Amino acid sequence: MSTDSWSTYILTFVTFAPLVGALLLLVFPRRDRDIRIFALVFSLLTFLLALHLPVHFHRSVQGFQYEIDRQWISTPDIHYHMALDGISLWLVVLTTFLTPLCVLISWKSVHDRVKEFFILLLILETALIGVFTSLDLFLFYFFWESTLIPMALLIGIFGHERKVYAAVKFFMYTMIASVFMLAAILWLYAHTGSFDFVVIRDQIARGRVPNLPAAAQWLFLGFFLAFAVKVPLFPFHTWLPDAHVEAPTAGSVLLAGVLLKMGTYGMLRFNLGLFPEQARHNAPWIMILALIGIIYGALVAMVQPNMKKLIAYSSVSHLGFVVLGIFSFTQAGLNGAMFVMLAHGVSTGGLFMLAGILHERRHTYEISEFGGLATPMPVYAASYLFIVLASLGLPLLNGFIGEFLVLTGAFQAKPVYGVLAATGVIWSAGYLLWMFQRVFYGKVTKPVNLSMHDMIGFEKAAVWPCAVAALLMGVAPILWLAAIDPAVQAALTPFTQVVSKVVGQ
Amino acid sequence: MLPAALLQTIPQGVDYVRILPELILSVFGIVVMVLDPLVDEEKSQKLLGFIGLGGALAGLLATWYMAQSPGLAFSNMVKVDDFSVFFHFLIIGIAAVVMLSSFEYMAVQRIRAGEYYALILFGTVGMALMSSAVELVLIFIALEISSISTYILTGFRRNEASSSEASLKYFLLGSFATAFFLYGVALMFGATGSTNIDLISQKLQAEPVQLLVFVAMALMFVGLGFKVAAAPFHVWTPDVYEGAPAPVVGLMSTAPKAAAFAVLLRVVFTINAPGRSGLLWVAAALSMTLGNVGALVQGNVKRLLAYSSIAHAGYLLMAFAMTGSGDSIAGISAAMFYTAAYAAMNVGAFAVVSHFANAGERYVTLEDYEGLGRSSPLLAATLTIFLLSLIGIPMTGGFFAKFYVFNAAMKAHLIWLTLVGVINSAIGAYYYLRLIVVMYMRESRKEVPVTAIPFGLGVALAISLVATVYLGILPNRVLQFAQHSAQELTPPQPSAISANGEQMPPLAAIPQP
Repeated sequence: MSTDSWSTYILTFVTFAPLVGALLLLVFPRRDRDIRIFALVFSLLTFLLALHLPVHFHRSVQGFQYEIDRQWISTPDIHYHMALDGISLWLVVLTTFLTPLCVLISWKSVHDRVKEFFILLLILETALIGVFTSLDLFLFYFFWESTLIPMALLIGIFGHERKVYAAVKFFMYTMIASVFMLAAILWLYAHTGSFDFVVIRDQIARGRVPNLPAAAQWLFLGFFLAFAVKVPLFPFHTWLPDAHVEAPTAGSVLLAGVLLKMGTYGMLRFNLGLFPEQARHNAPWIMILALIGIIYGALVAMVQPNMKKLIAYSSVSHLGFVVLGIFSFTQAGLNGAMFVMLAHGVSTGGLFMLAGILHERRHTYEISEFGGLATPMPVYAASYLFIVLASLGLPLLNGFIGEFLVLTGAFQAKPVYGVLAATGVIWSAGYLLWMFQRVFYGKVTKPVNLSMHDMIGFEKAAVWPCAVAALLMGVAPILWLAAIDPAVQAALTPFTQVVSKVVGQ
Repeated sequence: MLPAALLQTIPQGVDYVRILPELILSVFGIVVMVLDPLVDEEKSQKLLGFIGLGGALAGLLATWYMAQSPGLAFSNMVKVDDFSVFFHFLIIGIAAVVMLSSFEYMAVQRIRAGEYYALILFGTVGMALMSSAVELVLIFIALEISSISTYILTGFRRNEASSSEASLKYFLLGSFATAFFLYGVALMFGATGSTNIDLISQKLQAEPVQLLVFVAMALMFVGLGFKVAAAPFHVWTPDVYEGAPAPVVGLMSTAPKAAAFAVLLRVVFTINAPGRSGLLWVAAALSMTLGNVGALVQGNVKRLLAYSSIAHAGYLLMAFAMTGSGDSIAGISAAMFYTAAYAAMNVGAFAVVSHFANAGERYVTLEDYEGLGRSSPLLAATLTIFLLSLIGIPMTGGFFAKFYVFNAAMKAHLIWLTLVGVINSAIGAYYYLRLIVVMYMRESRKEVPVTAIPFGLGVALAISLVATVYLGILPNRVLQFAQHSAQELTPPQPSAISANGEQMPPLAAIPQP
């Protein structure tokens, strides 16, 4: 009995623990050090709570677990319906893993309005977890929109020179795109009488939704547009470099690490889950956009003089892999997409933290300002190299597994896609290693860099967990894939049915 | 013994109970007026304000008492049902909060208080009566009571030319608009032989609808559209809001709007004349678009909020989309919820504006708000929550308000109108965000004094804030109450009359004029 109620409420605890922390911080006295410790304790607590989820997760089960379903609002019929499957499980863990690291990396770099910073960070964490756990479309939209404000404020208040421009651009881009998703959700409610993802999915699968054939393409696009902007899929990516460059380090980490995954998660869950036929129908052009994103993102990253912009464009490229994997509709492709999402979260989160460490010392991200940093900062250089290797897909580190699986899936779907996408791996090695060489090798070009001190304790505590996770994911991917695979199979069931229908005729 | 028909026309005790809030508010208003010359000016500020506030609180109590005895009163002119109780609570509550936030404002602006509180009370009487009147002529009278008080209140910053201009403009255009309404009433009487909403509804169901009815509905909509600041009758709004005292704008952008929407809901849904929906949709789409686009370029916060109120009138009109298709309860309840949520956030926003404006309303431009997040974090955070609610961000009342009206429009299969609405709400986000950006992300370039928040204003802000957040997290109770009362508004089906005899007394017995 007690374990039952625990597994019912665990998701609620995990989701709202950061919010409770934020509310307590509101009434906290303005003693910056205590505020930092408090935020760290709460985010670590959330992480420990979240670790309960994979530990007690039944890996062989395909459906949703830790389910809680209570009516929140009677009319319209809105439920507090949360649950996890293998797809959302690791994204929740990733979010709770990155947040304490964000607290640590901001320990010294945020001095002004410290209280506001950590309140926003914790609110953002709750909203992000909520996006991945909610199964009611309304609840999902609720959390989806809730992520906007804290993120925009984090960029706009604590960011760099052009912070206001970046914050408003980020907000307007994602807000305008997501209202189309709201329209689609409302259409679904008007025609099914439910906001529940599972109910709607079953009704659509059984063909019980009136007028669906005429509207399905538009509904698919409504959802897709909101997700594509978030991912961001080429050509909706222009907000991302601005947002990243101007955001504070912690903002960039959560933006790249988790926020972008909201888009790919949404595609996987809703575009594929609700509209399998339209997904298949639209897959060709989406895969082409993903391929353009992979190659274009990599090429633009290559020529960036700004380290943070380079990492931002590398995200466009990596997220292209995710979208390619998702719309390959193969088991390998989807597994790979999920794995790239997690790997990208860890390694790009790490890269942004490392870039932030440099900015902390020199207040610039310009690559040309650095050179030969391996001499004054050996530990930093080693850590950086490790994360770079993870990010570019060195075997035995996390980036390799996901990209390999995606490429396998892409080959199965259409060999030429696989070939083109594979060039992305080469490009990413190119721009990352070239950047690393320019920043760390050779002689120290600027005297001012000689006096830079190496990583301090907080920074090590923030970056090294990423490195450990990258290694662990690289050598034992099965720990993650064991939970992902059944969920991916479940997500692919409608597609195999579509195929067999075609074959049967 | 008098004949039964005549007996019914003599007011009973219960008739007075059914207008008890109005009576009490009037009495308090008169007391304020009488006391005004008797107390010396120093004391009058506080004393009269507290009497006014006491009147509003007594009015709320009286509403609760009135709610215990629903039914018709005064020869079927007034109807107490959940619908009118909802709007009584809302309107009198708004008046109370506005009076709370006026205490400090009146002192800072050096305005003599007396008539101010009396006028708010009298205006509230008119608005409350509008929500319970079911007789078009009485609605007109109530409309005039509320309008005339608001005209005077608009001009209360006597030394400011802009305030007098606003007052005169509002008065001239307002009178013009109410004349349209009256003309519509006259034509409706000509077409149906009655001015009672229920009787008109029965008549229209029984007989083929004449062209005259459409004209009458259109003219009445002109009058009410002016009051709610719906396009294309919105032109007065920015100037009047800019000139009027800030707390008065807080009042007049919410309470008369709520009252006018109450009338519009009654007229549209109970009379249920077919064919006027196209008019409402066009007005809705126009209001949203013109309001939001106009607000994009405003540099004055009061003007910005004026354009925003036009836009919100447009969102609200979307809820009327359900008229054509059976299930109108979703539409009515969405509109009611919207008025409540809008009242909470807008009154709150204007309370902040009126506190910040300082003597002579000097600080009302966007530049003045620069750096407020640093100089007064509490005030900035409060205003931010109201603005987020106006955008429609989750966890605020504005989110559910928008959600319900969009849902109503979608249910009525008006996909284009829903799309216009959602796109508009995205555009609207920009200018509210601009204000938030200015407060938090820019450093102040001017010396803008920010005084501490006084007690009265603090209470007013707390009430608005709690209401905004409550409606954003637990909208269920308010919505269910709205849905329940919406059922009383749907056109009386022949079966409903027999099933619910007490609600619908023998209408044939009413002496025809």
